[in-house]
Amino acid sequence: MTPTLLGRLQTRWVMVWTVGLAWLLLVGPWLPLAGPTTSAVYFTGITTLVLVSVIGTGWELIYHAIQQYRWDKDWPTLLGLLVGLTEGAVIYRLLSLDIPWDVDPITPAPFAWQFGSVWLAIWAVTNGPIRILFPRWRFAGGRFW
Amino acid sequence: MDTARGIADPTGTAPMTADDLPAVVSASDIARTGRRVLRRRFVTVGAGMGSLAMVHMWRLAGVADDDLCAVGPLRSPSDTYEYLATNSQIPRTERLRSDSGSTIDAIWGWPGYALRESVEDRNPTQALRVLGEPIVSEFFTPKAGQVYRSVERETERIGWDRILQPGWVRLIRRAESGGYWIIVDSLEHGELAIAAEHVHIAVGYPGVALLPDLQEFRTDHPEAGYRIVNSYEPHEYLYDELRQRKSVVLVRGSGIVASRVLQRLLDDIEQHGAKTEVIHLFRTYVGDSQGTSARFRRPGGGGFAYQAFNYPKSSWGGQLRAELETLDGEQRAALIDKMGGTNTAPRRSWRRQLKRHTKTGTYRQVHGVVTGVAPIDEAIRTTIRRQDGSVGVLDATYVLDATGLQADPATHPLYADLIARSGARRNPKGRLAVEPTFEVTGTASGSGRMYASGAMTLGGVYAGVDSFLGLQYAALRAVDHMAEIGALPRIGPIRSATGWLKWATNRPYRPDGDSR
Repeated sequence: MTPTLLGRLQTRWVMVWTVGLAWLLLVGPWLPLAGPTTSAVYFTGITTLVLVSVIGTGWELIYHAIQQYRWDKDWPTLLGLLVGLTEGAVIYRLLSLDIPWDVDPITPAPFAWQFGSVWLAIWAVTNGPIRILFPRWRFAGGRFW
Repeated sequence: MDTARGIADPTGTAPMTADDLPAVVSASDIARTGRRVLRRRFVTVGAGMGSLAMVHMWRLAGVADDDLCAVGPLRSPSDTYEYLATNSQIPRTERLRSDSGSTIDAIWGWPGYALRESVEDRNPTQALRVLGEPIVSEFFTPKAGQVYRSVERETERIGWDRILQPGWVRLIRRAESGGYWIIVDSLEHGELAIAAEHVHIAVGYPGVALLPDLQEFRTDHPEAGYRIVNSYEPHEYLYDELRQRKSVVLVRGSGIVASRVLQRLLDDIEQHGAKTEVIHLFRTYVGDSQGTSARFRRPGGGGFAYQAFNYPKSSWGGQLRAELETLDGEQRAALIDKMGGTNTAPRRSWRRQLKRHTKTGTYRQVHGVVTGVAPIDEAIRTTIRRQDGSVGVLDATYVLDATGLQADPATHPLYADLIARSGARRNPKGRLAVEPTFEVTGTASGSGRMYASGAMTLGGVYAGVDSFLGLQYAALRAVDHMAEIGALPRIGPIRSATGWLKWATNRPYRPDGDSR
């Protein structure tokens, strides 16, 4: 990927609230180790998506700064996948501190399933299929509008 | 208008040839040339890779056979490309310098060439390579043969044979009633004139070019001219000869073609026992990374400037593309030069091979500016001035020019005529000036518009014009512009997605523009 800053932000917000939300709603409750009630899974999941988009906006600024030191001004596919580990760890910590609000107590394994699968779904769609609907997206550095 | 016309032929009925046509042509002018007339709303000139990208988009926008035409001297859009690639030592089995997503057969770039290769070979290596590029693996690049196969499949699907008009375009002139007249020497219909509303031009490089001193040598010493070889011309005879006889080859140039030619020369030493000594002459020797800012520094060393593709990757669709679009004229040309220039791909296998042959003395590098080329007994003597001012002499059996192709639009009759008669202009890089929409600046004709893409448009808002992805970007911008002026429906998400589905399932288009 070769995102611009605006493209990064737009892509993150759009993907989190389309692909991420769809994944959570359609698959979330049926993932291994999912919580006992669907509403609890949805509540924690949506809180996670809020954090991925809000905290992620800050992350994107950091990624963009790092990208400036790359000659190609690109963001390698693998990095896009791996930063999920650090982002996930930070979000796990925040959720366990009940930030931004109270959620059911969480443990690492179910969170890893939920967060990891959402991250993977977004990453996979961003790295190809998204262009089926939006052929201009890759030329626009990830901007939709 | 041609003022002489009224004087020489007051009634306007005498026969005329295409050469006599005025700058703005009327239907009666065409009638006087006696040419057969064909009417098509959308015409692409060149019939190569650029035309394929354009027709792919026109088809996606729903244009029917009767409104569509591709004119050019090629049977398959990849003919010229394959000819030049093969000569410059990239046969079908070797890999191009293009990324996985630059799928010339599909605007969406997904699935890319890497995933397709993995599926075809039932081997995940290449698809995994894309996941790791360029950190844990080098960039994936597709095999030339795979690209040509994808072109064949797509040309069949979009009905290329039905819309192809084989022949040479001699002139494109504005039509009095709007749109354009395209004067064609057709292989099937003889003298032809096509009335088009919108024209797209992608005829590629005007030809191959030798370095000026080598061109002069060839002209002055035709008997020794065969010792000067352009890497884009057929030169298999050279490699045959090198396997037979101990020779010295002087290679000039340090771009991707030089890399590929060096690989061939050194492979032949390793695999076929050629007794060749390779001297590599650098005019500009890149000893280290280029650039003073940590945020704009290109890797380099050992003579070469290194980047995976001919421009930084983001100039096709990221930060550098956006930045270039904000610049004008000279500043834009300067940034293009800074991002581009002569450079090659940092392939490990190439670097290792050069190191091996430097050790054994079969490959050596020289840095200097050529001051003279002269024939000597059974060889060519190249005189150079080194950086310290000293003079050096390099005697070689053959000189291999790996520097490039002819890029001056004035050397192509079609462009030269557009500039002279139809209002087209040159940009600060000396090529054809185009708008960000790839409309050729200054050539609008009534409701008709003329677009161009490919190498001849370098110097505009897009650096990577001379690439598969660049041709597709230009085609996309052009159809978007045609949608803006009401000539086509806009390609939105639904049309795009259904178009992709048809492409993915290889459903051909019907003559009326719909697909089955």
